[in-house]
Order: sequence, then C-alpha cells, then structure tokens
Amino acid sequence: MGKKVLMKGNEAIGEAAIRAGCLNYFAYPITPQSEVAEYLSHRMPEVGGVFLQAESEVAVAYMIYGAAGAGARVFTTSSSPGISLMSEGLSYIAGAQLPAVFVNIVRGGPGLGGILPSQGDYFQATKGGGHGDYHLLVMAPESVQEAADMMMRAFPLAEKYRNPVIILGDGLIGQMMEPVEFHDHLRTDPVNNNHWATNGMQFRNSSKPNIVKSLFLDPDELNENNLILKAKYERMKKEDILFEPYNMDGPYQKLIVSYGTMSRVCKTAIDNLKVKGIEVGMIRPQTLFPFPETAVFEAAAKESCKAVISIELSMGQMVEDVQRCVQGLRPVHWYGECGGNVPTPEKVMDVVTSL
Amino acid sequence: MGKTYQKPEALSDQHTHYCPGCTHGVIHRLIAEIIDELDIRGRCVGVAPVGCAVLAYNYFVFDFQEAAHGRAPAVATGIKRVRPDLFVFTYQGDGDLASIGMGEIIHAANRGEKFTSIFVNNAIYGMTGGQMAPTTMPGQHTTTSPFGRDVEDVGMPLKMAELLAALQTPAYITRQAVIKPKYIVKAKKAIKKAFTYQLEKRCFSFVELISTCPTNWAMTPNESVKWAEDTLLSYYELGEYKTPESLSGGANAK
Ligand SMILES: Cc1ncc(C[n+]2csc(CCOP(=O)(O)OP(=O)(O)O)c2C)c(N)n1
Ligand code: SF4
Ligand SMILES: [Mg+2]
Repeated sequence: MGKKVLMKGNEAIGEAAIRAGCLNYFAYPITPQSEVAEYLSHRMPEVGGVFLQAESEVAVAYMIYGAAGAGARVFTTSSSPGISLMSEGLSYIAGAQLPAVFVNIVRGGPGLGGILPSQGDYFQATKGGGHGDYHLLVMAPESVQEAADMMMRAFPLAEKYRNPVIILGDGLIGQMMEPVEFHDHLRTDPVNNNHWATNGMQFRNSSKPNIVKSLFLDPDELNENNLILKAKYERMKKEDILFEPYNMDGPYQKLIVSYGTMSRVCKTAIDNLKVKGIEVGMIRPQTLFPFPETAVFEAAAKESCKAVISIELSMGQMVEDVQRCVQGLRPVHWYGECGGNVPTPEKVMDVVTSL
Repeated sequence: MGKTYQKPEALSDQHTHYCPGCTHGVIHRLIAEIIDELDIRGRCVGVAPVGCAVLAYNYFVFDFQEAAHGRAPAVATGIKRVRPDLFVFTYQGDGDLASIGMGEIIHAANRGEKFTSIFVNNAIYGMTGGQMAPTTMPGQHTTTSPFGRDVEDVGMPLKMAELLAALQTPAYITRQAVIKPKYIVKAKKAIKKAFTYQLEKRCFSFVELISTCPTNWAMTPNESVKWAEDTLLSYYELGEYKTPESLSGGANAK
C-alpha cells in the first residue's frame, strides 16, 4: 500500500491511470480538467509512456480507438463539450468492442455553458451520446480518493467487457485537493487480447488477421453483434453494480438518491438532520450504468419510507431512472441546481424536510 | 521458366465488390505486392476508410482496423504511437481524406506521424452514389453539382499533395496515377518508396493516386481512362512534391 499524498483530483486521476498500468494517453485541453494533460505531459515521459496532445477531441477518440484496437491500454480525459465531440468515436469503440477508459470532468451546459461543477451530462453518459445501441459503463466518484480508485478499477472492467468505461466526475472532483493513496493491489495486467487485437500477426504467431470494425452490412450479423453487446450490459447489471447505502438502518421517512459531489453535501445534511432526530436515508450510486435498480427499489419499498427525492446538479436527469426504479410505489421528487452553484447542506435539509 | 504471375500472399481470395474498370482493385494489388516484397505482412496494420474501400479488410490478409469517415489518420496515429514496431498505412478516398477528414490528415502529417497514407483521388464520392467531392473538377457533373462544379460557388478542387507539401515535417509527398500501365509502374515505385521510408522510421509519407470511378462518372472504363488522363492529369500534376532528401535541417531525423 502506498502512502497518502495531497493531490488535486485531476492530477490524482492521471497518476492513478499510470499506477493502474496504463501508459498511453491522448487528449485535448479543456477546463476544468486540463491539469490531467499538464500533469501527464511530464509524468508519461518519466515512465516511458505515450503522451500526445491531439488536434481535437474528435481525433482523440479515434486515437483511442486505434490504440485500443492495437491491444494497448489507453485513456483520455475531457470535459462536457469535448465529450460531445468524442461521442461519435465512443459509439465506434463500443461497436467494435474495444476496451478504453474515458474521464468526463463535467461542466455546465448546454453549449459552452460554464466551467463550474455540474452533473448535466448524466443522460449523455448513461443513455447514449453517440448513435446506436450501446452503453458505457459509468462510474461516479464523490472524492479524490474514490476517483483514483475508480480510475484503477476502470481498466480491468473495460477489458472484462471489451467496452468503454467512463468516469463521470465534476469540476469540484477535478479541482479540489484531498489526501489520496494509490492502492497497489488495484494494479492489474492487461488481459490477453490476441484473439481480436490488431497487434501484428507475427507477434501472436497467427496466420489469421484480426479485424477491428463496427460495420455489419448483413442485418443478421448486426443483430447478432448488438445481442452480444446487450448480453454484456445485462452482465454488468448482474456483476458490477456499485452503490453506497448511507444511514439506511434507521426508520427513515425520506430517501435521497444522489451521486458525486452532490451526495457529499447530502451526507452532511443527513448527519445534521439526524442530530435533530430526523432520519433520512440515501442510496449513492457509484455506477450510474449499471444503475442500482434493485437497491433503490428496495430502499423505497421500506415501510417507514414515505417519499423519494433525486438530488442532482442538473435540471432533473437521474430522477428519471429513480422514477423507473421506484415503479410508482412512492412519490418521487427532484431537487437540483445548475450553473455551478452547489446547494448547501442547509438548503438540502430544507428541501428534504418540506417534502 | 518460373511463374510469371501469381497472387500476392497479402491479397485474399475474395472477389472484390468494386465496379468493372474501377482502379481501387489495382491499388489493392500494388499494396499487396509491395507488402510481400518487403516481407512485412506479419507486422502490418491497414486502416480502412469509409468510402468504396470500406471493406478493404476483406481483400487483404493482414490485420486491419476500420475507421470512421475521415478519421483514419487519427486511428493510425493511435496504433503507431503505442506500437511503433507495427507497419501502419491508411487507405482513404477524396471525400474521406480531403473533406471530412481534412483536420486529421493535416495534423498527422504535420506531426510527422510515422505511417503512410494512400490517397485515392477519383474526383467524386463513389460509395454514396456520385456526389461532388472537394477534388471534383470545375464543370464536372455530379449528383450534387448537376450543372457542373461552379467554382464561383464552391471554389477550386483541392490539391492535397501540394497542400501537404507546404508543411515542413512530412518526409515524402507524391502524386501518381493508376489509370494506365505506364503510370501504374511508377505508382508502384512510389508506394514502395513511401513504405520503405516508414520502415526507415522517417516521418509521414503520402501517396496520392489519380483514379477512376466509371460508374459515377457515367463513362465506360475506356472513356474514364481518357477523361482522367486529359482532364485530371492536366490539373493534378504527377510527381514528387517532397522527398526526405529535400527536407532542410534535421526535421526527418526526428
Ligand atoms: C460521418 C459520416 N458522414 C457521411 C457518411 C456517408 N459517406 C460514406 S462514404 C462517403 C464519401 C466517400 O467518398 P470518397 O471518400 O471519395 O471514397 P470513394 O467511395 O470515392 O472511394 C460519405 C459521404 C458517413 N459514412 N459518415
Ligand atoms: S462506385 Fe466508383 S469508386 Fe466505387 S467501386 Fe464503383 S467505380 Fe469504384
Ligand atoms: Mg472518391
């Protein structure tokens, strides 16, 4: 186990990737995550890795495609407008079943929006972004430590599913400094990919070429490919849902569902209310896709629970998933703010008690 | 007497989907012959475009990646950066490389990425049914320039070899043709040079190939050859626009 160091979230994310065993990074600068590229521009050469500042996020996504297709561990980081540009490539990467890790340090939108923390890219990350029938595995950290841990876990997950994984942070996670420890046990070796990667026939002693592609002109073949993808998403739901229950043992009347930076504020609100004798429970999804569907349903179904609220830094995106999971069993509310204003614990306490 | 004709090992047995008289097949054959001659099939990765050659990977016997429309140079950059020991080339049409993928090709060339781009200029969008390309000739009729390309409206055709030759970093920029045997012989030499430069770890190399698309030019194969020779070759001059030897300073020693 390493020792604790004080680091900015963005730098910790870059360092965690290296510690995870990923030495290839392509990116294009954008606030609030340019520090990742700045950090890796000197760290990658130090460890003999690849660092390249590309001409655009469009190009980045295809550099990732090429590198992942050749069998290398690779990742990039960006923020909302940049992820929009990468979304075409993400669709191709998912279609071609390539493992790669993307990080979105989300800022406010739509359009150029703002540079402050936001959770406005929930739909984009969990429901699509690019075209076609695909999903990303989406992880959402609430602290610098968790961002580093998720970063290290993201590579084996991407390889397990041969599917892109995206870490959905926000400006606060990227910019704040917190103590962080890089866990050696999270370091993994890339899995053998000789059966699909274009890593050169002579290097895998094969006379059969590998083809990386997402084109299936025959309808049955495309259907078959999309069934393979669907099976992976179903498997993610069985094996890789992560969530944190918070204050779930008491007889809570209200249930919060919240993630990332917003959930930290909710935790403070819940603690303060507890002192006043008011019990509020929370489910904090750590994976947004796969979403903790059963956990949210069961938490809402608890007899003491009278209402559910999705609290997010957006105008109401995750709330649609919460409604879906609660299945009409309890009223589902939404509260959120945008533009970079993170609600205070007091505000959350007001909102929750007035339900 | 030895065998005078045989199929290169790098070429597969599949029948291509190319139209009669199309030069894509000629270019495939040249590439395959050279890959055999240089004995690099086992470490070769091709990058296919979106265009008529989108299925190119079916016709070769080595690793291939299929890029999105125009993004082949970025894909090739990704491959070559993480695996410099692989031999990498892109195969791209004029819509792919000179229109939607203009950003990627210029920057890959300017960074001196150590791969080769084969640029198939047939002055039209073949795959999508004959729309105007950035390389379509003035007055040329296409399905989206039914009155002939109006240069007052959409500008003159892009000369990619000249444009890339204006950059300082690339090592080898040439334009050749594949419309008649006399040109094909030269084109093969050029592709072989470009591939050899890559093996020597020189910077980016680029071979533009003036080609035909009889189907969308609405001509017979013979008419296409004549039109290409008369019209295209007088605008798109053949020759070497840049060689490693002509590079000043140590740019190619990168
Ligand atoms: C993003 C995107 N836009 C448009 C298309 C449609 N499209 C496919 S091929 C092509 C043009 C191909 O022309 P060219 O590159 O000249 O190749 P050719 O078929 O002539 O060899 C276009 C516009 C696409 N596949 N993807
Ligand atoms: S449409 Fe044109 S470029 Fe495409 S295969 Fe036919 S002749 Fe060749
Ligand atoms: Mg064309």
